[in-house]
Amino acid sequence: MSKLKIAVVGLGKMGLSHFAMVNAHPDVEAIACDGAGFMVDVLSKNISAPIYKDYDEMLAQTVLDAVIIATPSRLHAPMVEAALNKGLHVFCEKPFCLDWVDSERLTALAAEKGLVAQVGYHYRYVGAFAEMQRLIAAGAIGRITHVLAEAYGPVVLRPKRTTWRTDKSEGGGCLYDYAAHPLNLLNWFFGTPDQVIGSHLGQVFSESTDDEVFSTLRWNDGPTAQLSVNWSDESHRKMSAKINLIGTNGRLFADRQECQAFLRKPVEGLEGYGPGWTVKYTTELTEDRWFYLRGEEYSAQLDEFILAVRDGKTAATQNGFASATETDKTMRMIIDNAETGQPVGEARAAAPQAAKKRSWFGR
Amino acid sequence: MDKLLFGDNQFFGINHMSEEKARAQAMRFQRTDAVMQVLDTAYDAGIHTFMCTTHDRIAEVADRVKAEPARYADFQFYPCMPYAHKYANAVTEHGMVGALREFMPSGGLLATALTGATALATKEVEGIAKVLIDMEMKMFAGTKAPVVFIQNVFTDLLLGMGFTRAFRIFDDHIREKYGAEPAYITMNMPMLLEALERGGIERPIICSNINKIGFRMSGGFDSYLEALQSGRVRAVAMSVYASGAIPADEAIHWISELPGVEAIVFGASSAGNINGTKALVDKYMGGPV
Repeated sequence: MSKLKIAVVGLGKMGLSHFAMVNAHPDVEAIACDGAGFMVDVLSKNISAPIYKDYDEMLAQTVLDAVIIATPSRLHAPMVEAALNKGLHVFCEKPFCLDWVDSERLTALAAEKGLVAQVGYHYRYVGAFAEMQRLIAAGAIGRITHVLAEAYGPVVLRPKRTTWRTDKSEGGGCLYDYAAHPLNLLNWFFGTPDQVIGSHLGQVFSESTDDEVFSTLRWNDGPTAQLSVNWSDESHRKMSAKINLIGTNGRLFADRQECQAFLRKPVEGLEGYGPGWTVKYTTELTEDRWFYLRGEEYSAQLDEFILAVRDGKTAATQNGFASATETDKTMRMIIDNAETGQPVGEARAAAPQAAKKRSWFGR
Repeated sequence: MDKLLFGDNQFFGINHMSEEKARAQAMRFQRTDAVMQVLDTAYDAGIHTFMCTTHDRIAEVADRVKAEPARYADFQFYPCMPYAHKYANAVTEHGMVGALREFMPSGGLLATALTGATALATKEVEGIAKVLIDMEMKMFAGTKAPVVFIQNVFTDLLLGMGFTRAFRIFDDHIREKYGAEPAYITMNMPMLLEALERGGIERPIICSNINKIGFRMSGGFDSYLEALQSGRVRAVAMSVYASGAIPADEAIHWISELPGVEAIVFGASSAGNINGTKALVDKYMGGPV
């Protein structure tokens, strides 16, 4: 079988890493694309893969199977659209689109054309979080009422000049860069929240964007979640995302390394989970892929995308555009709530209860 | 190479199983005294090689070792460069070129080359690479550092991109300027070995996961065994216990029977674990370590 031709567009931090993994994939012939600059200079003299400097020119001149878009977030929507219109499968870095109206439109376009369309929310490929999702879906801890989603890390530690990652209009900032990950996991577990309240997008060192995020998210048929994220925290070596859930039958905790479950009573169909604590490690929950660069999850998401394209699938297995659109919407709700101070979305009013007369010791 | 090398993950809050344990270790080892205490235990047990990241904290360890030449007569470092998070965080903060400029001596010709006014010449790229290597090596001046590794994230990024000429630049520079053996850490050993050979680098020292259960042996367990049996690689095995999944005795016994494995690198913070691993290596891999 001939190799798939895949172009990686944007050679920044994520783009370089995607390019390295895709270029090493046995089923792929990789191409790179980035505007003129240091990386293009250096790589064009040192690697054998062709590098295009102009995206439109590349789309016009090259027969491709798929593109991987890893440009600054503002450029995602137009680049994804151009690729879909050429009939190419698309893997787009997160966040998907800064305006969720674009996200919805592109989701529909990809579906209409029957293309594999995936977004790089790699946390869904971390074994411990995937296990958490499986446990939630199996009803392991009963009705979940209490959720705490967090992410911390050392990105902006002092006042500094801006890059696109720290420019809000470009899709930078702690909300888009960091909070997007735990939010995407909450969307996976519970869907788009019905209401967002109590949001705070705070600045610590940055001038033009947020360095910390708090928010309260409500699902009418699900839990209430609190989000706490900060990228100006040097006590963490790198980004650390974690989720705590409490339900009527116990508690779940997951981070990149492990999934800890406490069940009050065992649940039918969940092998190996007795009452009390059960701990599963990401190391035992993941399998090796063709190439390892920074963690199995990065390889796994690209491998699934590539295999879906190779096998002629018409949609992504995981992280399809529709699911990333949920996260784009959730982030917009948080921004609107933080800017106006008004609740965004409707929480269904609790069923009215007849007023009860209570005495001090009445039950 | 010694048969047993002491690693440094435990000192920097790196634990593949638990962030809680990682933080507890980061707390315990934030003072260099605590690090030295463990290194002394290892040294006195006869483990004389410290394979370590070029983390800022290691500079303090190097200073201690230099300060007591009699106490640490046989102490040697195997530096592993670069400390990747330092660069990754800088790239997020400053962008690619901005980050590089951060690490370049200011005002120099290479810093000027990075202003982006003109395309970088191949020679300038080589120059920048050498300056970066020299910056990382600075802390080891005056110590014994006979083997120098590239960290796996960098090795594998270059390998994946097909930028294998960089290995040649590293190889030549480490030999010529430091009189040391260049070496490579990778998560993709069979693929790296082929790439190095294509670049004319024969029988390289490669450190990779090698363990009985094939944990994080990307490229496949069988290809690792083939590469080892072929005699084309001088292997250093890491993750021999597969993060605790394999009992120590069984793990070391299995490794000892593999051809091509010249050394094991392991990290530990208790005297019990240090002496335990040392005893097993003596038992199965024989002779003085």
